[in-house]
Amino acid sequence: MSTPIAYFLVLSAILFAIGSVGVLVRRNALVMFMSVELQLNAANLALVAFSRMHGNLDGQVLAFFSMVVAAAEVVVGLAIIVAVYRRRQTVNVDELKELRW
Amino acid sequence: MSTDLLVFWVFAPISVASGIAMLMMRNAIHAALFLIVNFFCLAVFYLILDAPFLFAVQIVVYAGAIMVLFLFVIMLLGVDRTEDLRERLLGQRWLAIAFGAAFVLEVTLAIRAGIGFSTLAPDGFEAVNAEGNAQALARVLFRDYFFPFEVTSILLILAAIAAMILAHRKARAITQAEAAAAAADGPLGSPDPAGAPTEVEPVP
Repeated sequence: MSTPIAYFLVLSAILFAIGSVGVLVRRNALVMFMSVELQLNAANLALVAFSRMHGNLDGQVLAFFSMVVAAAEVVVGLAIIVAVYRRRQTVNVDELKELRW
Repeated sequence: MSTDLLVFWVFAPISVASGIAMLMMRNAIHAALFLIVNFFCLAVFYLILDAPFLFAVQIVVYAGAIMVLFLFVIMLLGVDRTEDLRERLLGQRWLAIAFGAAFVLEVTLAIRAGIGFSTLAPDGFEAVNAEGNAQALARVLFRDYFFPFEVTSILLILAAIAAMILAHRKARAITQAEAAAAAADGPLGSPDPAGAPTEVEPVP
Protein backbone atom coordinates (compact mmCIF):
# COMPACT_ATOMS: atom_id res chain seq x y z
CA MET A 1 0.00 0.00 0.00
CA SER A 2 1.55 3.27 -1.08
CA THR A 3 -1.02 5.75 0.23
CA PRO A 4 0.34 7.60 3.27
CA ILE A 5 -1.78 7.05 6.38
CA ALA A 6 -1.94 10.80 6.96
CA TYR A 7 -4.12 11.22 3.85
CA PHE A 8 -6.84 9.12 5.43
CA LEU A 9 -6.54 11.01 8.71
CA VAL A 10 -6.86 14.40 6.99
CA LEU A 11 -9.83 13.14 4.99
CA SER A 12 -11.38 11.92 8.22
CA ALA A 13 -10.86 15.37 9.79
CA ILE A 14 -12.49 17.04 6.77
CA LEU A 15 -15.53 14.76 6.95
CA PHE A 16 -15.81 15.32 10.70
CA ALA A 17 -15.70 19.09 10.16
CA ILE A 18 -18.41 18.85 7.49
CA GLY A 19 -20.54 16.88 9.93
CA SER A 20 -20.08 19.35 12.75
CA VAL A 21 -20.83 22.32 10.48
CA GLY A 22 -23.99 20.47 9.46
CA VAL A 23 -25.07 20.05 13.06
CA LEU A 24 -24.48 23.75 13.69
CA VAL A 25 -26.04 25.14 10.52
CA ARG A 26 -29.03 22.97 9.65
CA ARG A 27 -32.37 23.34 11.43
CA ASN A 28 -34.05 20.12 10.34
CA ALA A 29 -33.59 17.55 13.10
CA LEU A 30 -33.29 14.71 10.58
CA VAL A 31 -30.50 16.40 8.62
CA MET A 32 -28.74 17.26 11.89
CA PHE A 33 -28.94 13.58 12.76
CA MET A 34 -27.45 12.61 9.40
CA SER A 35 -24.59 15.01 10.08
CA VAL A 36 -23.95 13.21 13.36
CA GLU A 37 -23.79 9.96 11.39
CA LEU A 38 -21.21 11.58 9.11
CA GLN A 39 -19.12 12.47 12.15
CA LEU A 40 -19.31 8.91 13.45
CA ASN A 41 -18.21 7.58 10.08
CA ALA A 42 -15.28 9.98 9.97
CA ALA A 43 -14.17 8.68 13.36
CA ASN A 44 -14.50 5.11 12.06
CA LEU A 45 -12.27 5.94 9.08
CA ALA A 46 -9.61 7.30 11.43
CA LEU A 47 -9.85 4.16 13.58
CA VAL A 48 -9.40 1.84 10.62
CA ALA A 49 -6.47 3.93 9.35
CA PHE A 50 -4.80 3.71 12.76
CA SER A 51 -5.41 -0.03 12.77
CA ARG A 52 -3.57 -0.30 9.44
CA MET A 53 -0.77 1.93 10.70
CA HIS A 54 -0.13 -0.06 13.85
CA GLY A 55 -0.41 -3.41 12.12
CA ASN A 56 -3.03 -4.97 14.38
CA LEU A 57 -6.79 -5.33 14.36
CA ASP A 58 -7.72 -3.46 17.54
CA GLY A 59 -8.75 -0.36 15.60
CA GLN A 60 -11.04 -2.38 13.34
CA VAL A 61 -12.69 -3.97 16.39
CA LEU A 62 -13.20 -0.51 17.86
CA ALA A 63 -14.74 0.71 14.60
CA PHE A 64 -17.02 -2.32 14.74
CA PHE A 65 -18.18 -1.37 18.25
CA SER A 66 -18.66 2.19 17.07
CA MET A 67 -20.99 0.94 14.35
CA VAL A 68 -23.02 -1.00 16.92
CA VAL A 69 -23.36 2.08 19.12
CA ALA A 70 -24.29 4.16 16.05
CA ALA A 71 -27.04 1.68 15.16
CA ALA A 72 -28.49 1.86 18.69
CA GLU A 73 -28.23 5.65 18.62
CA VAL A 74 -30.05 5.89 15.29
CA VAL A 75 -32.91 3.73 16.55
CA VAL A 76 -33.45 5.77 19.71
CA GLY A 77 -32.87 9.13 18.02
CA LEU A 78 -35.29 8.47 15.17
CA ALA A 79 -37.90 7.21 17.65
CA ILE A 80 -37.52 10.47 19.59
CA ILE A 81 -37.86 12.50 16.39
CA VAL A 82 -41.01 10.58 15.41
CA ALA A 83 -42.46 11.08 18.92
CA VAL A 84 -41.72 14.82 18.80
CA TYR A 85 -43.23 15.08 15.32
CA ARG A 86 -46.42 13.36 16.44
CA ARG A 87 -46.87 15.88 19.23
CA ARG A 88 -45.69 19.09 17.58
CA GLN A 89 -46.07 18.41 13.82
CA THR A 90 -42.58 19.77 13.18
CA VAL A 91 -38.97 18.62 13.13
CA ASN A 92 -37.55 22.13 12.98
CA VAL A 93 -35.34 22.59 16.02
CA ASP A 94 -36.00 26.33 16.09
CA GLU A 95 -39.61 25.64 16.98
CA LEU A 96 -38.74 23.11 19.68
CA LYS A 97 -37.67 25.52 22.36
CA GLU A 98 -38.85 23.67 25.42
CA LEU A 99 -37.88 20.29 26.77
CA ARG A 100 -41.42 19.73 28.08
CA TRP A 101 -44.76 21.00 26.97
CA MET B 1 1.14 6.02 -9.03
CA SER B 2 -0.02 2.78 -7.60
CA THR B 3 -3.55 1.48 -7.65
CA ASP B 4 -4.56 2.27 -4.09
CA LEU B 5 -3.31 5.86 -4.35
CA LEU B 6 -5.30 6.26 -7.56
CA VAL B 7 -8.42 4.84 -5.90
CA PHE B 8 -7.92 7.18 -2.95
CA TRP B 9 -7.66 10.26 -5.17
CA VAL B 10 -10.74 9.22 -7.11
CA PHE B 11 -12.93 8.57 -4.08
CA ALA B 12 -11.70 11.23 -1.62
CA PRO B 13 -13.08 14.18 -3.67
CA ILE B 14 -16.34 12.27 -4.19
CA SER B 15 -16.76 11.70 -0.47
CA VAL B 16 -15.99 15.33 0.44
CA ALA B 17 -18.26 16.64 -2.33
CA SER B 18 -21.13 14.40 -1.31
CA GLY B 19 -20.74 15.50 2.30
CA ILE B 20 -20.89 19.16 1.31
CA ALA B 21 -23.81 18.48 -1.02
CA MET B 22 -25.61 16.82 1.88
CA LEU B 23 -25.35 20.07 3.82
CA MET B 24 -26.69 22.20 0.98
CA MET B 25 -29.75 20.17 0.02
CA ARG B 26 -33.01 21.74 1.15
CA ASN B 27 -34.94 18.48 0.91
CA ALA B 28 -34.10 15.87 3.55
CA ILE B 29 -34.40 12.98 1.13
CA HIS B 30 -31.77 14.44 -1.21
CA ALA B 31 -29.48 14.87 1.78
CA ALA B 32 -30.02 11.21 2.67
CA LEU B 33 -29.16 10.08 -0.86
CA PHE B 34 -25.91 12.08 -0.81
CA LEU B 35 -25.09 10.55 2.57
CA ILE B 36 -25.45 7.09 1.00
CA VAL B 37 -22.88 8.09 -1.66
CA ASN B 38 -20.58 9.18 1.16
CA PHE B 39 -20.99 5.85 2.97
CA PHE B 40 -20.11 3.93 -0.18
CA CYS B 41 -16.92 6.00 -0.57
CA LEU B 42 -16.00 5.20 3.03
CA ALA B 43 -16.56 1.50 2.30
CA VAL B 44 -14.05 1.76 -0.56
CA PHE B 45 -11.53 3.36 1.82
CA TYR B 46 -11.98 0.44 4.22
CA LEU B 47 -11.22 -1.88 1.32
CA ILE B 48 -7.93 -0.20 0.48
CA LEU B 49 -7.06 -0.13 4.18
CA ASP B 50 -7.20 -3.96 4.20
CA ALA B 51 -10.44 -4.20 6.16
CA PRO B 52 -12.72 -6.18 3.81
CA PHE B 53 -15.05 -7.26 6.63
CA LEU B 54 -15.71 -3.66 7.63
CA PHE B 55 -16.23 -2.88 3.92
CA ALA B 56 -19.10 -5.37 3.86
CA VAL B 57 -20.45 -4.23 7.23
CA GLN B 58 -20.34 -0.60 6.13
CA ILE B 59 -22.43 -1.32 3.05
CA VAL B 60 -24.88 -3.69 4.74
CA VAL B 61 -25.34 -1.83 8.04
CA TYR B 62 -24.83 1.82 7.14
CA ALA B 63 -25.78 2.18 3.49
CA GLY B 64 -28.37 -0.56 3.95
CA ALA B 65 -30.05 -0.71 7.32
CA ILE B 66 -29.43 2.70 8.84
CA MET B 67 -30.16 4.67 5.69
CA VAL B 68 -33.32 2.66 5.05
CA LEU B 69 -34.38 3.62 8.57
CA PHE B 70 -33.64 7.27 7.81
CA LEU B 71 -35.54 7.18 4.51
CA PHE B 72 -38.45 5.43 6.22
CA VAL B 73 -38.68 8.16 8.85
CA ILE B 74 -38.38 10.90 6.21
CA MET B 75 -41.23 9.30 4.27
CA LEU B 76 -43.25 8.99 7.48
CA LEU B 77 -42.82 12.67 8.31
CA GLY B 78 -43.56 13.87 4.78
CA VAL B 79 -41.17 14.00 1.84
CA ASP B 80 -42.34 17.25 0.36
CA ARG B 81 -41.25 19.41 3.28
CA THR B 82 -38.38 21.68 2.36
CA GLU B 83 -36.39 23.48 4.94
CA ASP B 84 -36.08 27.23 5.12
CA LEU B 85 -32.34 27.72 4.77
CA ARG B 86 -32.35 31.41 5.70
CA GLU B 87 -30.00 32.30 8.48
CA ARG B 88 -31.80 32.94 11.76
CA LEU B 89 -28.83 33.91 13.92
CA LEU B 90 -26.67 36.67 12.49
CA GLY B 91 -23.28 35.35 11.43
CA GLN B 92 -23.89 31.86 12.75
CA ARG B 93 -23.29 30.14 9.43
CA TRP B 94 -19.98 31.85 8.79
CA LEU B 95 -18.87 31.22 12.34
CA ALA B 96 -19.72 27.53 11.93
CA ILE B 97 -17.78 27.29 8.66
CA ALA B 98 -14.83 29.11 10.22
CA PHE B 99 -14.96 26.70 13.13
CA GLY B 100 -14.92 23.73 10.75
CA ALA B 101 -12.00 25.14 8.75
CA ALA B 102 -10.08 25.85 11.95
CA PHE B 103 -10.71 22.28 13.09
CA VAL B 104 -9.38 20.84 9.82
CA LEU B 105 -6.33 23.11 9.97
CA GLU B 106 -5.58 22.18 13.55
CA VAL B 107 -5.90 18.43 12.98
CA THR B 108 -3.79 18.68 9.82
CA LEU B 109 -1.03 20.45 11.72
CA ALA B 110 -1.27 17.88 14.50
CA ILE B 111 -0.95 15.03 11.98
CA ARG B 112 2.02 16.78 10.34
CA ALA B 113 3.71 17.13 13.70
CA GLY B 114 2.78 13.63 14.79
CA ILE B 115 3.37 11.16 11.97
CA GLY B 116 4.13 13.37 8.96
CA PHE B 117 2.64 13.20 5.49
CA SER B 118 5.03 10.62 4.10
CA THR B 119 4.63 7.84 6.65
CA LEU B 120 3.52 4.73 4.83
CA ALA B 121 1.69 1.94 6.54
CA PRO B 122 4.09 -0.86 7.48
CA ASP B 123 4.16 -4.01 5.43
CA GLY B 124 3.14 -7.25 7.03
CA PHE B 125 -0.57 -6.64 7.40
CA GLU B 126 -1.05 -9.70 5.19
CA ALA B 127 0.27 -11.75 8.10
CA VAL B 128 -2.41 -10.29 10.37
CA ASN B 129 -5.09 -11.10 7.82
CA ALA B 130 -3.45 -14.38 6.87
CA GLU B 131 -6.44 -16.69 7.31
CA GLY B 132 -8.96 -14.08 6.29
CA ASN B 133 -9.93 -10.74 7.78
CA ALA B 134 -13.21 -12.00 9.28
CA GLN B 135 -11.47 -14.90 11.05
CA ALA B 136 -8.70 -12.67 12.40
CA LEU B 137 -11.23 -10.08 13.53
CA ALA B 138 -13.33 -12.76 15.23
CA ARG B 139 -10.25 -14.02 17.08
CA VAL B 140 -9.52 -10.53 18.47
CA LEU B 141 -13.18 -9.78 19.16
CA PHE B 142 -14.02 -12.98 21.02
CA ARG B 143 -10.72 -13.28 22.86
CA ASP B 144 -9.58 -9.78 23.87
CA TYR B 145 -12.84 -7.88 23.64
CA PHE B 146 -15.32 -10.50 24.78
CA PHE B 147 -16.78 -8.53 27.69
CA PRO B 148 -17.42 -5.33 25.69
CA PHE B 149 -18.98 -7.51 23.00
CA GLU B 150 -21.45 -8.92 25.53
CA VAL B 151 -22.22 -5.43 26.83
CA THR B 152 -23.17 -4.32 23.32
CA SER B 153 -25.91 -6.96 23.31
CA ILE B 154 -27.45 -5.30 26.38
CA LEU B 155 -27.14 -1.95 24.60
CA LEU B 156 -28.96 -3.24 21.52
CA ILE B 157 -31.78 -4.77 23.59
CA LEU B 158 -32.17 -1.52 25.52
CA ALA B 159 -32.27 0.45 22.26
CA ALA B 160 -34.97 -1.81 20.83
CA ILE B 161 -37.08 -1.56 24.00
CA ALA B 162 -36.58 2.22 24.14
CA ALA B 163 -37.69 2.60 20.52
CA MET B 164 -40.81 0.53 21.18
CA ILE B 165 -41.72 2.56 24.28
CA LEU B 166 -41.15 5.86 22.48
CA ALA B 167 -43.18 4.79 19.47
CA HIS B 168 -46.13 3.34 21.39
CA ARG B 169 -46.73 5.94 24.07
CA LYS B 170 -49.17 8.01 22.00
CA ALA B 171 -51.18 5.01 20.86
CA ARG B 172 -51.69 3.90 24.45
CA ALA B 173 -52.85 7.39 25.46
CA ILE B 174 -55.45 7.40 22.68
CA THR B 175 -56.69 3.99 23.72
CA GLN B 176 -57.21 5.02 27.33
CA ALA B 177 -58.88 8.29 26.31
CA GLU B 178 -61.12 6.51 23.85
CA ALA B 179 -62.10 4.00 26.51
CA ALA B 180 -62.97 6.86 28.87
CA ALA B 181 -64.95 8.66 26.14
CA ALA B 182 -66.78 5.48 25.22
CA ALA B 183 -67.67 4.89 28.87
CA ALA B 184 -68.91 8.50 29.21
CA ASP B 185 -70.95 8.46 26.01
CA GLY B 186 -72.71 5.27 26.80
CA PRO B 187 -73.20 2.26 24.54
CA LEU B 188 -73.43 4.29 21.33
CA GLY B 189 -69.71 5.04 21.34
CA SER B 190 -67.75 8.21 20.87
CA PRO B 191 -68.89 10.86 18.37
CA ASP B 192 -65.50 10.85 16.62
CA PRO B 193 -65.40 8.80 13.43
CA ALA B 194 -63.20 5.76 13.69
CA GLY B 195 -59.68 6.14 12.40
CA ALA B 196 -59.44 9.87 13.10
CA PRO B 197 -57.26 10.14 16.21
CA THR B 198 -57.78 13.27 18.25
CA GLU B 199 -55.13 15.25 20.05
CA VAL B 200 -55.32 14.04 23.62
CA GLU B 201 -53.23 15.29 26.51
CA PRO B 202 -51.93 12.33 28.51
CA VAL B 203 -52.78 12.13 32.16
CA PRO B 204 -49.78 13.44 34.11
